[in-house]
Amino acid sequence: MKILVTVKEVAEAEDDFEIDGLGISERYLEYDLNEWDDYAVEEAVGIAEAGDDVEVVSVTIGPERAEETVRMALAKGVDRAIRVWDETLAGTEMLDVGAKADILAAVVEAEDPDLVFTGVQANDDAFGATGVALADTVGFEWAAVVNALDLDAEGGVAHVRRELEGGVEELTDVSLPAVLTIQTGINEPRYASLRGIRQAQRKELDVQGLADLGLDASVVESPVSLTAMYEPEAEGEATVFEGSAEDTAGQLADLLRDKGVVEG
Amino acid sequence: MSAADVLAVAEHRQGGLRDVSFELITAGRELADQQGGDLHLAVVGGDVEAFAEELNREGVDAIHTVAEGEEFNHDVYVQVVEQLAADLAPGTVLMPNSVNGLDYAPAVAERLDVPIVTDAIGLSREDGTLEVTREMYGSKVETTVEVDAEEVAVTVRPTEWPQAEGEGSADVRAFDAEIDESAVRSTVTGFEEVTGGDVDISEADVLVSVGRGIEEEENIELVERLADALGATLSSSRPIVDAGWLPKNRQVGQSGKVVTPKVYIAIGISGAVQHVAGMKGSDTIVAINTDPNAPIMDLADYAIVDDLFEVVPALIEEFQ
Repeated sequence: MKILVTVKEVAEAEDDFEIDGLGISERYLEYDLNEWDDYAVEEAVGIAEAGDDVEVVSVTIGPERAEETVRMALAKGVDRAIRVWDETLAGTEMLDVGAKADILAAVVEAEDPDLVFTGVQANDDAFGATGVALADTVGFEWAAVVNALDLDAEGGVAHVRRELEGGVEELTDVSLPAVLTIQTGINEPRYASLRGIRQAQRKELDVQGLADLGLDASVVESPVSLTAMYEPEAEGEATVFEGSAEDTAGQLADLLRDKGVVEG
Repeated sequence: MSAADVLAVAEHRQGGLRDVSFELITAGRELADQQGGDLHLAVVGGDVEAFAEELNREGVDAIHTVAEGEEFNHDVYVQVVEQLAADLAPGTVLMPNSVNGLDYAPAVAERLDVPIVTDAIGLSREDGTLEVTREMYGSKVETTVEVDAEEVAVTVRPTEWPQAEGEGSADVRAFDAEIDESAVRSTVTGFEEVTGGDVDISEADVLVSVGRGIEEEENIELVERLADALGATLSSSRPIVDAGWLPKNRQVGQSGKVVTPKVYIAIGISGAVQHVAGMKGSDTIVAINTDPNAPIMDLADYAIVDDLFEVVPALIEEFQ
């Protein structure tokens, strides 16, 4: 069995930051493996460890810098990785959901996995749509926001729980091959061990361009474009308690007494 | 129909329409007005007649009922919405940015070969171009996304628009979708409530709620001591439950409990949108956070911009 896990290097903004044009200035950004993808990697590696003959392959769309996060996935037990990038992608301002789905679909067609795991969303652009769009593009079945998985590989069925709103979970059976978008909390992602990190350096990390995937530049053409980025206007009219920790704690204590919600 | 028209898809679960259905009416009406078009609704599955009656609010021009199944199944929804959109040819298909919305909307966009923009918090049409407002970087920035296409699929963030009210006079029509059963490869086998347990945080008058800022599992005890000192109940944001530091029944948010206490004290919680959805109805919101720009600060009535490891012990001291 083969499991393909899509991973993304995401940028996180520091508490204080400045916007430069259509993005946050580079010096205020830190890069990391997308949180949801970390759980997706763990889920795949866990299945591989529990069963025989399971290969886990990661794919990312991203520049050379992204290799750091892909190596992180390799260090956690992914067998090999593919990074999709070339000049066309480097020159593209924004990859929309359709473009990402088409690029990843080409990888799915080349790799022919039984299962694809993606994170529910990426915490930078928060589109949350690539996994389901990918599934439909390649004709796989899918389930979004999966927080428990019981895989019956022989029966060709994934028994999943989908985390709905308000503490309700939906139990669903999904036919394989399938794309599952993985929710945080489904497992406990491991830390990469030193041994894992050393081994990751020796694992295959294949860089492929659009042409290698049988795609041309038209795949990134998109009617969707980012035209403005700004800090939202503060709507809050919070009373900010000032002073030392003792001062502010004292003011908050007074407030709670005034509200009559505490005694003492 | 024309490109000026809007088709919005209602959402229901376990026999009841979800609030987002009525919010979609408001969002859809606003957009249709800007474009000079009509607002059509679709309701798929369950007691569609009763749902249609409830959805018939001011501003809705037509409601299309599709009696296919009882509960949400994305394989059915995708086929129905694709067929309805092909039939009506609206310029915009609006769907909820809910868990189920995200389980079918991207596939609808693929089938219709139209772009999709998710999690809209604002919509406007300028010179024929749709402008969608959305957030990035954990709500730290807002962005405008332009969609230069005749037809587009958009998912709308729940609780962002007010719910439509007032009785409507929509034309209710049954739509006969042709479902290819061989393409239905997923089966919903049941539902389970998972927020049970010894404590019901939605009953508490005062909630002391802890988030990622607490850093380590062993530090939870500090906030627990504060809750004890205040006679309050301990709750948390999602990362704390994901890490297994508190049980699921303590989780406040979209996927946890919706709470409305007299006082909600958010400690080391940045205020992700999913969390805010669960606590913004609290009477008084207090935030303790080192980041003055954290989204929770926009919601707070009172705030302490300081290290929680300084403030919480001082606060415990006050009540001991």
